[in-house]
Amino acid sequence: MSKLHTSRRGLLKGSAAAGIALATPTIFTSRAWSAGYTNEPTGGTVTLGFNVPQTGAYADEGADELRAYELAVEHINGEGDGGMLNTFSSKALKGDGVNGKKVVFVTGDTQTKSDAARASAKRMIEKDGAIMITGGSSSGVAIAVQGLCQDAGVIFMAGLTHSNDTTGKDKRANGFRHFFNTEMSGAALGPVLKNAFGSERSAYHLTADYTWGWSQEGSIKKYTEELGWKTAAAVRTPLGAGDFSQYITPVLNSGADVLVLNHYGRDMVNSLTQAVQFGLRDKQVNGKDFAIVVPLYSRLMAQGAGENVKGIFGSTNWHWSLQDEGSKAFVKSFGTKYGFPPSQAAHTTYCQALLYADACQRAGTFMPSGVGKALEGFKFDGLGNGPTEYRADDHQCFKDVLVVKGKENPTSKFDVLEVVEVTPRAQVEYPASLLGGELGPYNDGA
Amino acid sequence: MDAILLQILNGLDKGGAYALIALGLTVIFGTLGVVNFAHGALFMLGAFCAVAVKAFLGFEKVTLDPENLTAWGTASEIRQPYIESWFGEFGTTLLNYSVPVSILITIPVMLLIGIVMERGLIRYFYKRPHAEQILVTFGLAIVAQEIVKSAFGANPIPQPAPDAARGMIDFGVAIGFEAGNVVYPAWRLIYFLFSTAIIAAVFAFLQFTTFGMVVRAGMVDRETVGLLGIDIDRRFTIVFGMAAVVAGLAGAMYTPILSPDYHMGMDFLVLSFVVVVVGGMGSLGGAVAAGFMLGILQSFASMNEVKNILPGIDQIIIYLIAVIILLVRPRGLMGRKGQMEH
Repeated sequence: MSKLHTSRRGLLKGSAAAGIALATPTIFTSRAWSAGYTNEPTGGTVTLGFNVPQTGAYADEGADELRAYELAVEHINGEGDGGMLNTFSSKALKGDGVNGKKVVFVTGDTQTKSDAARASAKRMIEKDGAIMITGGSSSGVAIAVQGLCQDAGVIFMAGLTHSNDTTGKDKRANGFRHFFNTEMSGAALGPVLKNAFGSERSAYHLTADYTWGWSQEGSIKKYTEELGWKTAAAVRTPLGAGDFSQYITPVLNSGADVLVLNHYGRDMVNSLTQAVQFGLRDKQVNGKDFAIVVPLYSRLMAQGAGENVKGIFGSTNWHWSLQDEGSKAFVKSFGTKYGFPPSQAAHTTYCQALLYADACQRAGTFMPSGVGKALEGFKFDGLGNGPTEYRADDHQCFKDVLVVKGKENPTSKFDVLEVVEVTPRAQVEYPASLLGGELGPYNDGA
Repeated sequence: MDAILLQILNGLDKGGAYALIALGLTVIFGTLGVVNFAHGALFMLGAFCAVAVKAFLGFEKVTLDPENLTAWGTASEIRQPYIESWFGEFGTTLLNYSVPVSILITIPVMLLIGIVMERGLIRYFYKRPHAEQILVTFGLAIVAQEIVKSAFGANPIPQPAPDAARGMIDFGVAIGFEAGNVVYPAWRLIYFLFSTAIIAAVFAFLQFTTFGMVVRAGMVDRETVGLLGIDIDRRFTIVFGMAAVVAGLAGAMYTPILSPDYHMGMDFLVLSFVVVVVGGMGSLGGAVAAGFMLGILQSFASMNEVKNILPGIDQIIIYLIAVIILLVRPRGLMGRKGQMEH
């Protein structure tokens, strides 16, 4: 029988060796080193995270997004009438889920606040095992959640976000946007405004003082000034100001003959209502009829402005009155289930859910880098906007853009806007380098 | 000059709303000693009284038209307000004037809401610290907001002024300006006149009636008034109801200016508290003067000429003025020594 001799040095050496030995299996089995990825589904289901505003000023828009997501999940799982899966050019999805797994979902409330949106996305990823996060009604929120998803190693399929920055200077490899942006709005609206109002105009901008507002103002200024318009003033207004009258009164005698309202949602409803109240729609300046332009329209929100939207030009990503097969199928499916037509927010989120599921199916995996590669450069049709491409350089969808006008004689409360021009995709395309930013590498997380 | 006049007019109609809310806040604070953070919600509830009246008057008969199908294949709906089919042109006129008509409903409804609120909840917090009063009234405001949101949705609801009051009034011609230089929306001028009339009525009530005299006495020394055998609590309950009515009327008549949504009260609440503090806690005249003053200053600060020199001043002007006033006159513009300081 031998005696066990221990010294201080020996104990330290032994502890270090034991530590390495214990750590070794973890290092080699860790997902960071294996083929695994964040929330890799192992059972019979795969969980998607729908992060939409369920409270706050955009709650109605968020509710419409959620309706669309539920419809998309139904269709992906083979329930209901199939909606746009029937018209989608890719036939990878067979109505039996994705990669043999049934799609289930969890929801989060963004409250249209960046911190709340990040918290709910984090909860869905860490606690509920969401493999993808999608949704939202604000660019500030989209950029914040996109960054979080990049760090967490999950795909982010943006909802309603219109700022150039989302797929410009703040773009991330794990983020994808189907919705159009302010650059495209400017490119689509410019020629229509020139035809409607001529090239000798003086524009007065009222701009929501945050990322989307600045982006929208910049794009409209760029394209209208190219047409020969002058910019009389560009005034920043606080987000959620409510009463904009103190910003509108200086417009009255400014000499400007066009008012551009770079406002969205509640701000747009209020500023437009008040601009009309101040007689701007019926005013004459420099011998011309005064014009008001709302670069980004939301039909859902425009209902809040009532008859004040009549004759007012703007742009939109999609409208339920479109007569292509994809739009008709979606409107029929959504209208039958809910009793009213879908909004553009519902359309873009439905498309995002389908596009993600389709990419997973084609890639044969849910791994973000694999799914991302399947989406990059993906060309498709049948989802309501004509031939579309998810550009590889910035993960931005390029498709036709709609220029709309407030309808003079609406037939129902949903019939607020009329499409005056479908601007072809070629006219709104721009080089990815124009908006700056770097995608960086994919993060598969784990 | 015309630009300055326009901004003064703008400040006056905006200030009218601030003054009406701040007046109610001051009356409640002066009489009951309660810091009522639900006062903005009362403004919002008044606005939704107008929305509800319009919805009630505009209740529609829906008939299906199988000849015309919707985009999703169901029969389209033909809608006509019952009031129009029953009363013809008179019904159409009533619907058109729904905002002024709603005043008749707003008064009793808001009086009831105010009394129920005071008797049901607020009175239990008279002797509690202000922090607890703020918490409970703020909570009440959130509950009111959520109830309204679940009933009417989150989107703003358009509430047009009557056709006759939708145009512009050439205000400048009357004071020697060229035609078309100082034109202002008719409804906003009506709102300014309405707010001054309500303010005058509240002052007259408090100044020239026995009830008002007792209330004023109670604001100065509640205990002594009680010792004289006067049921001051009952009077203060009615005062709370009155303050709710004033806030409600301010909200109902404001709906054509600002499409109401569930959150509109919160937008006014903080501003109104600043107005009360600037005017002087407990000073009714101070609240009204500060309301109009801050409204006008806010309008001036939004002028491009001012913003070019001080960018962003429009967003902080009210708070900046509050800081300056409190530094120079710690009791506010018209606050008096000894008033609301115990």
